[in-house]
Amino acid sequence: MNEEIKTFTISIYTENNIGLLNRISAIFQRRHINIESLTTSQSEIDGVNRFVIVVNITETQAKKIVGQFEKQIEVIRAFYHTDEQTIFTESCMFKIKSALLFEEPQIQNIIKESNARIVTVNKEFFVLEKSGRRNEIESLRRDLNVFGIMQFVRAGRIAVTKDEMKVTELLLAFNNQ
Amino acid sequence: MKTETQNKTQVVANNTIRIPGSEAVVRSLIAEGVDILYGYPGGAIMPVYDELYKFQNEIHHVLTRHEQGAAHAAQGYARISGRVGVAIATSGPGATNLITGIADAQIDSTPLVCITGQVASHLLGSDAFQETDIVGISTPVTKWSCQITKASEIPGVLAKAFYIARSGRPGPVLVDITKDAQFGELDFEYKKCTGVRSYTSVPKTNPEAVKAAADIINSAKKPMIVWGQGVILGKAEAELKAVIEKAGIPSAWTILGASAIPTSHPLNIGMVGMHGNYAPNKLTNECDVLIAIGMRFDDRVTGNLNTYAKQAKVVHFDIDPAEIDKNVKTDVAVIGDSKDSLAQLLPLLEAKSHDAWLQEFKDLYDIEFEKVIKNDIYPTKEGLTMGEVLKQINIETKGSAAIVSDVGQHQMIACRYADFNVSKSNITSGGLGTMGFALPAAIGAKMAAPDRHVVAIIGDGGFQMNIQELGTVFQQKVPVKIVVLNNEFLGMVRQWQQLFFDKRYASTEMTNPDFVTIAKGYYIEAKRISKREELEGAIKEMIASENSYFLEVCVEKEDNVFPMIPTGASVSDIRLS
Repeated sequence: MNEEIKTFTISIYTENNIGLLNRISAIFQRRHINIESLTTSQSEIDGVNRFVIVVNITETQAKKIVGQFEKQIEVIRAFYHTDEQTIFTESCMFKIKSALLFEEPQIQNIIKESNARIVTVNKEFFVLEKSGRRNEIESLRRDLNVFGIMQFVRAGRIAVTKDEMKVTELLLAFNNQ
Repeated sequence: MKTETQNKTQVVANNTIRIPGSEAVVRSLIAEGVDILYGYPGGAIMPVYDELYKFQNEIHHVLTRHEQGAAHAAQGYARISGRVGVAIATSGPGATNLITGIADAQIDSTPLVCITGQVASHLLGSDAFQETDIVGISTPVTKWSCQITKASEIPGVLAKAFYIARSGRPGPVLVDITKDAQFGELDFEYKKCTGVRSYTSVPKTNPEAVKAAADIINSAKKPMIVWGQGVILGKAEAELKAVIEKAGIPSAWTILGASAIPTSHPLNIGMVGMHGNYAPNKLTNECDVLIAIGMRFDDRVTGNLNTYAKQAKVVHFDIDPAEIDKNVKTDVAVIGDSKDSLAQLLPLLEAKSHDAWLQEFKDLYDIEFEKVIKNDIYPTKEGLTMGEVLKQINIETKGSAAIVSDVGQHQMIACRYADFNVSKSNITSGGLGTMGFALPAAIGAKMAAPDRHVVAIIGDGGFQMNIQELGTVFQQKVPVKIVVLNNEFLGMVRQWQQLFFDKRYASTEMTNPDFVTIAKGYYIEAKRISKREELEGAIKEMIASENSYFLEVCVEKEDNVFPMIPTGASVSDIRLS
């Protein structure tokens, strides 16, 4: 039976150690799974990092790969979630010629309607920042592309789950052993 | 980024002393109870070797002739003793030469700590002489790996390395130490690691899962057990035997599970897998409950997963949660240490015997005996067979030998026909299939268990992959017995070429050197035989010898190993010819 490929957000709580990214990316590489986006940062727990990785795979693959992450010595817990189980967003930046702000008044409307934020303006260029769902960011990119974009960058997805992730309990249990 | 993890520790030496990092390495090894290590010196590890010279009364360093030999010797040591094997090498090529042994240890769950020297930390990333990113290279094939750049980190990281290597599902760990860390000084105090925050070494067995497993097993009409190395690693041989006997369940083993239950046990129905026995493979697809214990459903065991035990309810006991449902979907999973899980299971089992079901295995064994086994171990044709060599070794050692086999036809023959009456008697490269494994692994095994007969069974191909370790045998005076079964072919590949590639023997025929002269060149007693009437005397002489002994047996050139499940076929489609 062919299982449906879906977008999964994989959250990995880890120790903050050198070399862990290598271990985690190797697990994807070995299974020929392409990473759509990857973000790593501090988590809500002091001294614990969190990877948020977006992949398009089947649920069976997601379950198995999470098992492989949890096998890694410095991984505290790993989870997988569907889009419906998470609140997520992405952010991006556009660098655009300043002259266009005055020569193309339509750009001002686009900025206003998209809820993008001007981060900085100087004589040569201005920078826009926008957060939201992928389709909102793509829509803005299409609109601005008509006028010319000097630089564009999009950050990986960040996500929190609707359900609780019981990592703190696990850490407390270790400390109380 | 930090490199520290929250660990639990226990002080074992609190008289702090100021010493260099290199001495801290050696003192840490001694604190972990290491008495033998295998390795090869070089520039980036010289400070540690200088300390080993100083501590040679407390820790014995074995100079192998290649770093791969060091890794395999450490594996052999670990597999027969159940302790952590230690290998040591310099940076660059020294470190990369360890990789095959490390990968082998990873897939066969063997506890190793490998220590590599590294260029000074200010040179890291500069393509310095003999610099490689060994942590990066070893990451996918280690349980854990780490680089030390400060002397003060040495005792803590090594303590953690030993804890990780030996605990839970064991595995290899690599610790890379820069030369400046070896020269730098630290206040040495050794604390044993007793836990790592992010690592649950042994998941606690869930009694409800055990109850559910017991219910399924009690209701089974045709239950079958397949056990793996997890039983040996968990020291659960007695518990497994009790379970098997109480519930009367026919029980088979994977290649690495061999020897956990004696070969002669009436409920031991043989080996599963590609060259396993006919009955357990065939009846895997007829049992109503399949109980997997400490095994990982390797593809060599299952054949085609789409046709593997589809009719059976599957109960899987394993210490590693990632193994559950990895290849075969289970009905009940019992995650935990095999000794603990089986001990909990035993009182819940109903005492039974499944005589009619067991008879089905016996009937199929009779067929296998007539068509395969008889010809292998009681041949009537002129040429010597590999099977009769194993039979003779069984007779002379009374089934007490530890058999260290290389990889190929002879390995399958050794696993099929050796009598395993003592646990930890089958030392072979199971998952990786590493040719060149057996000679160095036998050295490590014999050094760890000097009171046991250790017999290496090697093909002419694999022998030449690490033939240089005859030098280690000679220098260390290791009384290991080396049997080369010479068919002048890479026999297993030739068998496949015969069966699946129209007998096109592409690059599998070997023109071999005079092995006996080579062995004698290393001052090892050596003999070659090619006739049946010479076999008994030669094996007797070899086993009786108090020294190392090399025996070349010239066997039939084109014998095949059967039964056989062709790649991708169902276990039910096992062939007898």
